[in-house]
Amino acid sequence: MAIARHTLTRIQEIAARYPSRRSAIIPALWEVQHEQGYVTEAAMGEIAQALDLPPSLVEATASFYSMFLTRPEGRHDVVVCINAPCMLRGADEIAAYVERALGVRDGQTTPDGAITWHTTIECLGACGGAPMMQVDHRFEENLTHERVDAIIERLREAPGPHDGPAAAKAGEGEVRKANAIPKVKGERVRSGAEGARARGKRSQA
Amino acid sequence: MGIKRVLTKDFATENLTQLSVYEKTGGYAGFKKALEMQPDELVEMVKKSGLRGRGGAGFPTGNKWSFLPKGVYPRYLVCNADESEPGCFKDRYLIEMSPHQLLEGIMIGSYAIGCNLAFIYIRGEYLPGYEILEAALDQARQAGYLGKNVLGKGFDFDIVLHRGAGAYICGEETALLTSLEGYRGEPRLKPPFPAIKGLYAAPTVVNNVETLSNLPHIVNNGADWFASMGTPTGKGTRVWCMSGHVNRPGNYELENGTPIRELIEDLGGGVWKGRRLKAFQPGGASMMVLLPEHLDVALDFDAIQKAGSMAGAGAMVVMDETTCMVDAARRYVKFFHHESCGKCTPCREGTFWMANLFDHFEAGEAKPTDIDLLLDIGYNIDGRSFCPLGDASTWFPRSVIKYFRDEFQQHISEKGCPFKKPVEEAVA
Repeated sequence: MAIARHTLTRIQEIAARYPSRRSAIIPALWEVQHEQGYVTEAAMGEIAQALDLPPSLVEATASFYSMFLTRPEGRHDVVVCINAPCMLRGADEIAAYVERALGVRDGQTTPDGAITWHTTIECLGACGGAPMMQVDHRFEENLTHERVDAIIERLREAPGPHDGPAAAKAGEGEVRKANAIPKVKGERVRSGAEGARARGKRSQA
Repeated sequence: MGIKRVLTKDFATENLTQLSVYEKTGGYAGFKKALEMQPDELVEMVKKSGLRGRGGAGFPTGNKWSFLPKGVYPRYLVCNADESEPGCFKDRYLIEMSPHQLLEGIMIGSYAIGCNLAFIYIRGEYLPGYEILEAALDQARQAGYLGKNVLGKGFDFDIVLHRGAGAYICGEETALLTSLEGYRGEPRLKPPFPAIKGLYAAPTVVNNVETLSNLPHIVNNGADWFASMGTPTGKGTRVWCMSGHVNRPGNYELENGTPIRELIEDLGGGVWKGRRLKAFQPGGASMMVLLPEHLDVALDFDAIQKAGSMAGAGAMVVMDETTCMVDAARRYVKFFHHESCGKCTPCREGTFWMANLFDHFEAGEAKPTDIDLLLDIGYNIDGRSFCPLGDASTWFPRSVIKYFRDEFQQHISEKGCPFKKPVEEAVA
């Protein structure tokens, strides 16, 4: 699948911001992944052509960074952090629950193609709200079984962020709706802005 | 001592991410004031304030700036927002809550060092923060804070927002610059330091999000005001990210020199579930473990170093009496193994073997000699790699062996983890 014209235009715009076109490799890979959901070798070749760089250079860079996908995955991406700060607050248990709820192993995609999930040892920066996960790179913190169930139920229906511009817009709405997910009793988003604001108010009162 | 809100003082204000709201709280006054000053005056001011880098190493910011060679242009300022240290989430908080405070800091820093194009390298996982900064940059551009002839003062300036793609190593400044140039994120040999040959081989300053966010306040209130806070060698405040077994985890901005006890027991509400404190880690995954006897140590670079650990990037991971220290160390070692860029053999192979040994301990297959083998591997990594990632991978496990050797022995004699959690094998 060739890169869409508007994406190529955008890549050129981005490249113009940097003193060196080479710096646009990572942003260009992001643009392509955003459009297509993953980056094929052919797409890397096209990026190289657009930036006037050797294809090997684009591939060398792409293969270093863990967030670039080289093959299609589920519509939604669910990542559960199991590094030590999350482990202390029950991340292993949540990971096991996600596995049971989805019925597929760590790293696999549900048969309906809705969700690919995996655990990660790379800290995602929400240790104050552990156990946590990222859903399509957005934070879900203070997870409980009920919360995980509600998120999974929503994701099974929602279009993914890579399903074209219209679907992405609809997906945005879905993400916002995520905040309407039943708040579990005593639950508070702690490391994100929401919990911080509440705490700030308390201390100023 | 205690809570002191400098960076976070307006965080209760709704819509602080909007430029107009930020201006109402006194925002961008620091930048306007800075533009009336000579760049050299600003550098002197920051030197005098005693501000030290908040990214981990604690290097004096003003000194870092003054290492730039005279008369060599262009030069660049790069904001390191690649916060990836396990246990740290302060930069994310500062960005999501007050993006303009960071932008203002970058503007002041850039004007001081004579940089016309600055970069923000934000980690790929922080998509919400990226979007917030993108919107903030648009607003700043429309308001005339960015672009040609900023505020009519003859200063041309812009900021490029660059999103990483999942590599902890890019938090190391030379790896960050390599990555920003479009290559694989591998660290470079120092010297030459980035101040001499950094981004695109030009003189470059790399500063952390929290460091830069301090600048508007220093310019507004003066160096003496800043130097009046904190300890003799650790001025100002720090945002501490507390996580783990405490009742109220989260970010807390405290004056430097506040006792650790106050953070954990008063602000954090103490160890959860009425349990006892076993250990804590004051600097994130890399840093050595400390014990309850160290609770009265001050939250300050030098005091923590004296106690045998490091303040690092300001993460406080609290562990209660039910924590398996071997498993905690195992997670961190797995993390470093996963994140090693593979450039230096001691780090690439050493972290692999340490991770293997830790798996043996958890599975009950370790031999009595494996404890010393771990120390030996650690010794062979530390100081033998290009960048501190390799060194840092050994500090926590070695300190755990120092204080909790009996737990390793228990794992051997009981042929498995004595803390028997109902854990499914989750670490891949």
